[in-house]
Amino acid sequence: MKKLLLALASTAAVIGFATGASAQEKAKICFVYVGAKTDGGWTQAHDIGRQELEKALGDKIETQYLESVPEGPDAERAIERLARSGCGLIFTTSFGFMDATIKIAQKFPDVKFEHATGYKTAPNVATYNSRFYEGRYIQGQIAAKMSQKGVAGYIASFPIPEVVMGINSFVIGARSVNPDFKIKVVWANTWFDPGKEADAAKALVDQGVDILTQHTDTTAPMQVAAERGIKAFGQASDMIKAGPQTQLTAIVDTWGAYYIKRTQAFLDGKWETTSSWDGLKDGILTMAPYTNMPDDVKKMAEETEAKIKSGELKPFTGPLKKQDGSEWLAAGATSDDGTLLGMNFYVEGVDDQLPK
Amino acid sequence: MGIVEAILLSVITAATPLVLAAIGELVTERSGVLNLGVEGMMIMGAVSAFAITQITGSPYLGMLAGVACGAIFSQLFAFLTLTLVANQVATGLALTLLGIGVSGMMGESFLGLQGIKLQPIAIPLLADIPYIGPLLFRQDIIFYLSIAVVAGVHWFLFRSRAGLKLRAVGDSHASAHALGVNVIRTRYLAVMFGGACAGLAGAQLSLVYTPQWVENMSAGRGWIALALVVFSSWRPWRLAAGGYLFGAVSISQLHAQAFGLGIPSQLLSSLPYVATIVVLILISHNRRMTLINTPASLGKPFVPDR
Repeated sequence: MKKLLLALASTAAVIGFATGASAQEKAKICFVYVGAKTDGGWTQAHDIGRQELEKALGDKIETQYLESVPEGPDAERAIERLARSGCGLIFTTSFGFMDATIKIAQKFPDVKFEHATGYKTAPNVATYNSRFYEGRYIQGQIAAKMSQKGVAGYIASFPIPEVVMGINSFVIGARSVNPDFKIKVVWANTWFDPGKEADAAKALVDQGVDILTQHTDTTAPMQVAAERGIKAFGQASDMIKAGPQTQLTAIVDTWGAYYIKRTQAFLDGKWETTSSWDGLKDGILTMAPYTNMPDDVKKMAEETEAKIKSGELKPFTGPLKKQDGSEWLAAGATSDDGTLLGMNFYVEGVDDQLPK
Repeated sequence: MGIVEAILLSVITAATPLVLAAIGELVTERSGVLNLGVEGMMIMGAVSAFAITQITGSPYLGMLAGVACGAIFSQLFAFLTLTLVANQVATGLALTLLGIGVSGMMGESFLGLQGIKLQPIAIPLLADIPYIGPLLFRQDIIFYLSIAVVAGVHWFLFRSRAGLKLRAVGDSHASAHALGVNVIRTRYLAVMFGGACAGLAGAQLSLVYTPQWVENMSAGRGWIALALVVFSSWRPWRLAAGGYLFGAVSISQLHAQAFGLGIPSQLLSSLPYVATIVVLILISHNRRMTLINTPASLGKPFVPDR
C-alpha cells in the first residue's frame, strides 16, 4: 500500500512539474464560470468567447476553466486554485464573484484579474460589462410595430439596476414608435426555473399581452410564446431553435473580441486596470438575425442598430419622464452611466410597481 | 378560453409533479424510510424521459424510461440505507446531489433540443362537459395517472392487507419483524415505488410542463414535495389537495403581478411557502392527530437479529 501511494505521489509530482514547465512557455489564461458551459445562455456565451480566444491566440496561450462554481466561499477557493496553478490572467464571469475576486487579487498582486459586470476594481483587477440595454431598445421598437394590442409582457428576474435598466430601455424604444405603448412586468424572482418562467409567460399571455420578452435564462418563455402563437425575443443566446416561427431577434452576448483584446494587451505587457462597458458598436453585443417580421420593421430595426453603433442614437435621451410623471431628462439630454448602473426607478409606460 | 379556466389549467400543470413526487415519498415514509433524495430522483426521471423521447421519438417510451430510471436510481439509496444501514438523512441528501450532477452529465448532448410534448387525450363524453371537461378530461396521461396513483395509494394503505403490513413496518419494524413480515423487502419496494413516482414527476417536467431539457430544471420541486408529505400528515387525499393548493397559490401570484396589483413581488413569490407554513401550524395545532399519523419508525434503521 505504501509503495502504491509513493508511486502515485511521484507520478503526481512529475505531472505537476510537467504542466508547470509548459505553463512557462505559454501564458495561461483562466476562466471561472457560474454555470455549465453548455447552459444555452450566460455561461455558454462566455465559453464561446474563450474558444474564440483560443482560435485567435492559440499558439501563444492556453486556456483553462472551472465550470459551475457557486457564488460564495467556494468561489474564493476556486479562484485561488487557479491563481496558484500559474494562471496569468483570470476572468471571473459572474456578478457574485466580485468580492472573492478582489480578495484573491490582493493575495496575488502579480496575477491579473478581470471581473464581469462588477463595479470594484484594484491595480490588478479590471471590470467589464456589456450595454445589453442597447439591444432592448431595438426590441422595444420592434415590439411596438408588431403588437396589435400595444402591450408587451416582460418576464423579469430580480429587481437589480441591470434588469430595471433593461425594462426602461425596452419601454423607451417602444414609445419612440407608439407613444401609448405599455408593458406588463412579472417578476419570477429567479434566473433559472423553466417551469416558473413558463407559468409567468402563460399568465402574461392570458392577461392579454401579445408579445413577450424575458430577462431570465431559459428558453421556456419562448416555447410558451410559440405554443400560443405570439412573438417573442431571445435572451443572452440566439433562441431561434425554441421558436423558429416565434423569435423576432435576440440579444446575443459575444465576449470573444473583448477576451482577445485584453489577452493581447496582457501578452504585450500593456495590461492596465479599466472599467469597460462596451455595446453594439464594439461587437460585445450582437443582435440575432431579424426574423418573422415584415420588411419595413426589419429595416427600421437595422437602421436603429446602425444609429446606435455610430453613436447618433443613445437610448436614454430626453425628453423622458419617470413613471410618476415627474421630469427626468430634458429634451436632448442623455443619462450618465452612473445613473444607469444604479437605476432604481421606472420610466413612463411601465404597468408595474417596482419592488423596493 | 376564459381567464379563470386558463388559470386553473396552469394550476393543474404546476401541481401534478408535486403531487406525484409527494405521493411516492408518502408511501416510502409510511414504510419508515425517510428519503430526502426526491429532487435527485426527479431530475434523473426528467433527463431520461427527455433523452429516450428524443432517441425513439415517442414521449410514451420516454415516460416509461423516466419511471424506470427513478425506480432504479432509488435502489442505490435503498441498498446504502437498508442493506448497509447508512444514515438515511445523509444518504438522501447525497442522492439529490448525485442526481443533479449525473443528470447534467447525461443531458449534455440534449441541451437546446426541441422537446416533444406529451399530447392531451380527450376522454369521450366527459370531455364535452362544459367547464369541467376541458380542465379535467382533456389532459395528458401523466395527469390521469397522478389521480389514479393517489386513489390507488389510498386504497392500498387503508384497504389492503399488504398496505396494512407496510404501515406496520413503518410504525414498529421490530413487531412487524416478529410477526414474520419481511421488513427489509417491504422497505426496498416502498423506496422503489417512491423512486418510480418521482421519476414520473420528472418526466412530467420534461415532457409536459416545459418540453425541453435544461440542467437542474426541477428547481427545488422535490423539496416542496417533501414538505407536502408532512403537510398532509401522511394522508393521500389531503396530500393531493395540498399539492393543488400550492400550485394555485404559486400561479395566482404570477397573475396578480401581471394584473398590476401593487404588492411586492418577493412577498407574492413567497406566498406558496407561507401557505405551507400556515397549514403546517394549523395541523400541528392538533398534536394528537399528527402524532397518530407519523410513522413511528420513520428514519430509524432496522437491523434484524441474526
